[in-house]
Amino acid sequence: MRIDRDAHVGVVSEPRTVTVEAGFLTFFAKATGETDPVYFDEDAARAAGHPAIPAPPTYLFSLALSAPAKRGGLFDPENGLGVDMMRVLHGEQSFTHHAPIHAGDVLTLTTTTSDIYDKKGGALQFVVQETRAEDRAGALRAEMRMVAVVRHG
Amino acid sequence: MVEGDLLPELVRGPITRHTLALFAGASHDHVPLHTDSDFAKAAGMEDVFAHGMLSMAYLAQALRHWAPAERLRSWSVRFTAITPLHATVHCRGEVTEIFECDGARRARLKIGAWTDQDIQTLDGTAVIALD
Repeated sequence: MRIDRDAHVGVVSEPRTVTVEAGFLTFFAKATGETDPVYFDEDAARAAGHPAIPAPPTYLFSLALSAPAKRGGLFDPENGLGVDMMRVLHGEQSFTHHAPIHAGDVLTLTTTTSDIYDKKGGALQFVVQETRAEDRAGALRAEMRMVAVVRHG
Repeated sequence: MVEGDLLPELVRGPITRHTLALFAGASHDHVPLHTDSDFAKAAGMEDVFAHGMLSMAYLAQALRHWAPAERLRSWSVRFTAITPLHATVHCRGEVTEIFECDGARRARLKIGAWTDQDIQTLDGTAVIALD
């Protein structure tokens, strides 16, 4: 099913508050073959001068997935875009890092569907969603931009 | 640090079903294309394939071996091909420009990932603070 550009471009999710969990950072480190103990050992992180285990540079993507938006979610058929998981591919991903993120940080995520466009005569639809992560003081810690590709036909 | 400097290559894998199961859980990415062969085949794929974000996480490690992670300012990739099951992921990068931004020196790098069959899977750029 084609995604209706006019219905979704400009939709902003509700703010979602997430806590960066040390256990999940440790699990992420294991799953990615991480060898630097700073990313899975609290003591090593502190010894290296970090206040707690740091989040690796792609982790905002996982934080956003851990708190799906109730409005404008990529796969949500009722209140979002309803993208079929059988037809989706990850097209592009970018991050801008403003300040480090660590275990224990509480962040508020807001995701905007900023563009939807066609390629290959409509056989592919591209969905662009941008997410901002702010801390409790309102400071912008990181931003990311995801481009999902939906295969039609 | 000058233009043309190469990052030390980082090699991860081979990607197994176990790798993908772990990464699905750890990354909260539960799209079944990466963990359920029946689902992937029904979607027209040969089999499950690796999350693009797994290779991007490997690429972050490759960058960190060159400069501390805190210095990574911005980075972007296009996923140019899927990473099939059993592939080995090779992460590489090269300094393409040293420039100044707001009075601070930065390096721009061309970054990417390739399979052991030399298929490029990620193609992108990164900006790292040098001061």
